[in-house]
Amino acid sequence: MKRTSILLGAAATLACAPLAALADAHLSRGGSGHLNIIYWQAPSTLNPYLSGGTKEVESASLVLESLARFDETGTMVPWLASEIPTVENGGVSEDLTQITWTIADDITWSDGTALTPADLIFTWQYCTDPEGGCAQASYFDGVTSVEAVGANQVTITFNQPTPFPYTAFVGAESPIIQAAQFADCLGARAPECTEANFGPIGTGPFVVTDFRPNDVIEFAANENYRNPDQPYFATVTFKGGGDAAAAARSVLETGEFDYAWNLQIDPTILSQMEAQGNGTVVTAFGTSVERLHLNQTNPDPALGDLRSTVAGGAHPFLTDPVVGQAMSMAIDRALLVEVGYGAGGQATCNVLPAPDAYASTANDGCLVQDIAGAIALLDEAGHVDTDGDGIREYNGIPMSVLFQTSTNAVRQDAQALIKQWWAEIGIDAELRNIDASVFFGGDPASPDTFQKFFADIEMYTNNFAGVDPQAYMANWRCSDIPSPDTQWQGANIQRFCDPAYDALVDEMARTADLAERGRIAMAMNDMLMQSYSIIPLVHRGGVSAHANTLGGVRMSDWDSELWNIAEWHRIP
Amino acid sequence: MLTFTIRRLILAIPTLLFISFVIFLIVKLSPSDPTAGLPLTIPPEVREQIRESLGVNDPLFVQYFKWLKLMVWDEPLHILQDATGWQIAPDGPRIISYQTRSPVMDLILQRMPQTLWVVGTSYIVGILIALPLGIISAYRQYSWFDQVGTLVSMIGFSVPTFFTGVLFIVIFAVNLGWFPSVYDTTLVVTGWDTFWLQVRQMIMPVMVLGLFNASQISRYMRASMLDNLNQDYVRTARAKGLREGTVVLVHVLRNSMIPVVTVIALNVPAVFGGAIITEQVFKVNGIGQLLIIAIQGGDVPVVQTVSVIFAVLIVLFNLIADILYGVLDPRIRYD
Repeated sequence: MKRTSILLGAAATLACAPLAALADAHLSRGGSGHLNIIYWQAPSTLNPYLSGGTKEVESASLVLESLARFDETGTMVPWLASEIPTVENGGVSEDLTQITWTIADDITWSDGTALTPADLIFTWQYCTDPEGGCAQASYFDGVTSVEAVGANQVTITFNQPTPFPYTAFVGAESPIIQAAQFADCLGARAPECTEANFGPIGTGPFVVTDFRPNDVIEFAANENYRNPDQPYFATVTFKGGGDAAAAARSVLETGEFDYAWNLQIDPTILSQMEAQGNGTVVTAFGTSVERLHLNQTNPDPALGDLRSTVAGGAHPFLTDPVVGQAMSMAIDRALLVEVGYGAGGQATCNVLPAPDAYASTANDGCLVQDIAGAIALLDEAGHVDTDGDGIREYNGIPMSVLFQTSTNAVRQDAQALIKQWWAEIGIDAELRNIDASVFFGGDPASPDTFQKFFADIEMYTNNFAGVDPQAYMANWRCSDIPSPDTQWQGANIQRFCDPAYDALVDEMARTADLAERGRIAMAMNDMLMQSYSIIPLVHRGGVSAHANTLGGVRMSDWDSELWNIAEWHRIP
Repeated sequence: MLTFTIRRLILAIPTLLFISFVIFLIVKLSPSDPTAGLPLTIPPEVREQIRESLGVNDPLFVQYFKWLKLMVWDEPLHILQDATGWQIAPDGPRIISYQTRSPVMDLILQRMPQTLWVVGTSYIVGILIALPLGIISAYRQYSWFDQVGTLVSMIGFSVPTFFTGVLFIVIFAVNLGWFPSVYDTTLVVTGWDTFWLQVRQMIMPVMVLGLFNASQISRYMRASMLDNLNQDYVRTARAKGLREGTVVLVHVLRNSMIPVVTVIALNVPAVFGGAIITEQVFKVNGIGQLLIIAIQGGDVPVVQTVSVIFAVLIVLFNLIADILYGVLDPRIRYD
């Protein structure tokens, strides 16, 4: 007994002595040892230009980098560039058609060769090749040329004044790939380069050592990484597969993994798991908003081919803002958050909730449920129940709506709650849910896509990539309404059309001043909100979890969640 | 027997062609889109370009015959080349997965070992549990052993693996901490310690599946034993003064095994098919998981190729079961 305690004491002293040194050792290259990450959707490839899914973009972000990235506040951080070009520092031309980036000194690929303008030019050619099917082609929209200027500068020229030129080579979705590695993979040959697609050479903190599609990736620290102390982790296992609940369990309960992504599970279960004390749930809010779209055109099946088209005529009652306003007032957004989203959601009254410079406060009245007010509003407008069936009539037409969304437990809960609230104000809702791959599939032959909108109301989440809302707010132009002529393509899902709105879209496209852009974006948001053709419900954030022994996580929803993985480290 | 086998093999060709075409039509005509899983931030023009580059927009028959040609000619040559090192494979396109943009056969070959290990072991474990259970249950019909055995196999048969799997994880991984809840597919067995890790991570999926297999086979075994125990030849054997052990284990068991062996052979393709749900629950990267991810992602070439390989195996093992039947039971002759 005594001998044991002496031995234990000796062991403890030995263990404690180097503790201070040990803490520093964790903050050296490879000093933190091994990191386990679980993404319950497994990456299929490491070439984000060939896939476009979040899982591929984020796993590839350990290896491939871009000129600038967005931190957790949505602020642009120069990454491979030495600074962010602006009109003030001369990096952006006065007429807003050119931007010149300077590559920072001493950036090398993991194979030891230098990053040159040729790699950027190649990346542009790779993604814009018409036969390649590049998933991130929209990042190069309007780019007419990418040219080298000297040994370390690149000038990107746009076909028109571009007030927000930080698209190509910015953020996790348009990273730079190595010209030497992908030289033979242009266009139709892209899928043949399996080796390059599964093991791209990058400038990032890690290199791929083993890639198994739809299963697991092994990474090791990049010996040629520009910061000699980073990355702090020597190796990373990036496991995919399973489901969100199992991923949460493996971090918060069993401790087998250090970081789990996208934990959209029942908030009560998640907080129970967190209460065990092994890990922490983290959230980051970007621009995702769960919203209702109120069809402004008539979805009546009797219209045949004209169903849900502008030519088929206006909706019998949903174009009236009073009706939309009453429907919005009847909804208890806080309860929807509590039931379905927990820490991963906030009630919102705006379709454009972030970044702060663009977020309007004009509509915040909707945050409080007001069923009595909604009833009064409809009564006042004269839309009352005339035949005693509990459903109001609007000019003789019963206010019954078909309310559709994708199949998903949280959405079906929300549908049931909303149906009940609407029943209380005398609006009847028939609920329908459609498999997500069909609903979002965009197959012009299917009657069930969200673009065709063969229903009165539909619910889903949309957002925009990056921090600039110009393209996103342009979604609601009259010309962007889906119709059979466009194979039902078009982002103006609820078929909103207002010439004053289109004028604001044009104005924004000409304005470079950020404060002025903020004012215009808010005006557009308010115009949409007050038309009540969109009813925003929940501002959704990403929910992830990390072990308490993992330090340095700064989760950003504006870029890859793993954007600063070089700084992640083990807390001793 | 030989002519029977040859006749059946020749007959299998049109059957398989028909099956592959029907699978192709089902997969193609179902409303799925390889770009459906992408974020909504990717605009429709880009989606259309992606679909175009995948060849989704080609006419149906063109797509089918392209696939068929690759499946019966190019891909077998590639497999042969990988196995032998002979330079015989044509330098053309291969069956490419929409999701990974890599050859489908490589994905299948990469995943086959895990499936064979986990699902195969569970099948063997299931058989090893089922045979004694079925024999004793039948011999001591309505005894407490039979009652308990019936109860256990009813539970094993009727409780789905997605429930037992999660239950096992909650008990043995979360509460007791004995086994890992996530299967580590990168583990390479190099010595006794890694072998032990491999065993530990295999125990839960193998037992979940083994229990299910055992329940099924033990019922067949018990029923077949009961049929034979009351036959005249058993009474004759006992009357001859043979020991009880010889009567049961040699005379009865041998005859009772005939239908059971057929059932076991008919279920072997399922081993290659993997266990979609169990693999997903324990994150084993087997064929079943490949198939489900492909279905979710609208990855037609993978779904098509994997399903047709299943079809081939099922046709093949049906033939093997028929032949085994003839070998085991001399009364049955096909010629």
